Amino acid sequence: MKILNATLIVCALATTGTATAEARDLTVVSWGGNYQDAQRKIYFEPFAKQAGKPLLDESWDGGYGVLQAKVKAGVPNWDAVQVEAEELALGCADGIYEKVDWDKLGGKSKFLPAAVSDCGVGAIVWSTGISYDGDKLKQAPASWADFWDTKKIPGKRGLRKGAKYALEFALMADGVAADEVYSVLATPEGVDRAFKKLDELKPNIVWWEAGAQPLQLLSSGEVVMTTAYNGRISGLNRSEGKHFGFVFPGSIYAIDSWVVLKDSPNKDTAMDFIAYASKADNQSKLPEYIAYGLPNIEAGKLVPAKFQTELPTSPDNLKGAISLDVDFWTDNSEALTQRFNAWLAQ
Amino acid sequence: MNAPRLSKQVISLALVAPLLLFLIVFFALPLVTMMKSAVSDPVAARTLPATARSVSSWNRTSPPTVEMQAAFVADLRQISDDQLFGDLVRRLNSAKSGFRTLMPKTRKAALDTAGSIDLVALDKRWGDISYWQAVSVAASSTITDRNLLAAVDLQRDASGAIASLPADASANKAIMLRTFVMALTVTGACVLIGFPFAMIAASVDGWKRQLLLGAVLLPLWTSLLVRTAAWFILLQDRGLINSVLMQSGVTSSPIPLIFNRAGVIIAMTHVLLPFMVLPIFSVLIGIPKNLMPAAASLGAHPVRAFLNVLLPLGLRGVVSGSLLVFMSALGYYITPALIGGAKDQMISSVIAYYATGAANWGMAGALGLVLLAATMILYAIYLRLSSERETSP
Repeated sequence: MKILNATLIVCALATTGTATAEARDLTVVSWGGNYQDAQRKIYFEPFAKQAGKPLLDESWDGGYGVLQAKVKAGVPNWDAVQVEAEELALGCADGIYEKVDWDKLGGKSKFLPAAVSDCGVGAIVWSTGISYDGDKLKQAPASWADFWDTKKIPGKRGLRKGAKYALEFALMADGVAADEVYSVLATPEGVDRAFKKLDELKPNIVWWEAGAQPLQLLSSGEVVMTTAYNGRISGLNRSEGKHFGFVFPGSIYAIDSWVVLKDSPNKDTAMDFIAYASKADNQSKLPEYIAYGLPNIEAGKLVPAKFQTELPTSPDNLKGAISLDVDFWTDNSEALTQRFNAWLAQ
Repeated sequence: MNAPRLSKQVISLALVAPLLLFLIVFFALPLVTMMKSAVSDPVAARTLPATARSVSSWNRTSPPTVEMQAAFVADLRQISDDQLFGDLVRRLNSAKSGFRTLMPKTRKAALDTAGSIDLVALDKRWGDISYWQAVSVAASSTITDRNLLAAVDLQRDASGAIASLPADASANKAIMLRTFVMALTVTGACVLIGFPFAMIAASVDGWKRQLLLGAVLLPLWTSLLVRTAAWFILLQDRGLINSVLMQSGVTSSPIPLIFNRAGVIIAMTHVLLPFMVLPIFSVLIGIPKNLMPAAASLGAHPVRAFLNVLLPLGLRGVVSGSLLVFMSALGYYITPALIGGAKDQMISSVIAYYATGAANWGMAGALGLVLLAATMILYAIYLRLSSERETSP
């Protein structure tokens, strides 16, 4: 009788155990818009078919607090999330991500060195820079000085709402060389200088937050120029026949990474998904839909030549572009954001 | 107390128990947690006990002593929980930028080497006294007024006295004031549109009333986000409103209706209008229909009859509608974010930044607390005024 009881209890525990583990489908979170449409086509749907299990995809607009709150709540309701470099660094230090098993991915040497971390696997190399509608603007902007020059090119400008990027671009518009931006910004005078330059453009700025917004602003003619993510621009050109341009000199590139949230009930499946999305032949399909650089070195080589020229990682496009200083922003994000918000409110 | 009465009380208590439980779990507890997070600051005192002891004798102006440095390194070696360490780093970095990169580096050095460490040689920032001041302030107490002060643009300076933050560093007070002004404007606009609308709806019957109420209710059943997006399409420079105005020749260039205050007020008034119309309508419908003709038969001009008869009777609806609209408007977030410009953001967007962006729950709690307190004060004033009006002849 005792044995029977014990077996029953074990069975009950086992079923509840699997029930909680299987209760939720694998949930993958990315940045929405035409980027996520492309990911759905080449990663999400084929992976779900291969694994024989459904995959839910959601989108978000970033924010470290969102991830931290989910992990602190116990069992997070997201599994694999694509995060920006800053969120990767913060969360890895805080231990809110699962550690990556690099053997499953074929070893660290298969990836760009900057895309390798204990907690995350690089997903894309992406650029933020000036974009404009080539059909409407006869004289294309070439630099941040042009972006700031409302006499030469009249009209509103779109900028991502936040201190990150806005301050760097303001300094470049004020004549700071691209490779000196972060050393200038590290000084209090440099920060003052950036805000002063932003003052000049303030009446003409439309602020955006989600990555799909600048495309909409540009399409509707609400702004003549805007900062945007390069991949979405080329994606829209291809899918809707637009002639949007993107200015690579003076742009800032960064790496987004896949992470798995700590204590995710679908941890293993999530890691399998990341491995699938990092395979060279799967990843090399991305530039056809959206022009982001690929962290898997072999995948980069598999991309057809006609798409290569659009990628932020192509040698021509790297000229005059700088890499986002993640350390600077992990330290200064809160103080500069507070000042930026105060500046916005004035 | 006799037995039947007691059992009756038990039964009635059992009947309200679900509601009571719901209120405690979903209303009282979160509120208390929020208030607590605004003032509680235990993480540094908990993780740096030896440092806390050794800085208690430090005057916060002289260079850090060797004992302090050794105690700090010893404390760092004790922390095994990464998430706890993350909380500590976030707490310190919000007081002084730089700890985010400094702390992991120092902790790694502390764990890698066994003996004493020259912190200044490891990173020159440890020679900067302001970093030690931040550590000392954080470690010496488990409660703090830092967040509450920062929520109203104040801080404690090095000597501990309360001083205002530099004008360009924080604008919480201005944003808080703007939130109240915008909520009041929307409430005013809702009264101006809602009262006549409710009057008309109450004065007709049959399908006309159904149609009018449907016009109010239908938007209420549509998602807030959808309604806001619809206003975005209508208000933009090449949107429906501006195209009609420009084609009919009223204006030659588009009127700026989006990314400014006007657009936000228009959209918020539309979204909140049902909360004004329905309470007024329900009061007006109960007023006997013969009162207005009676006033007219006594020789009152329609305007006078409205001011002396209908308005005072309908005021109860206006009052409850205004409260509903004002309170809802205070917390608005999506509509100003999508339709408004940088100068139209309300306090909830700042709270959202601290909660979801910076993971600074203390600051988010403090701002929420200040908003709650300000709202309570306004509500108290309002109760005072409305009770005075009721007692006056």
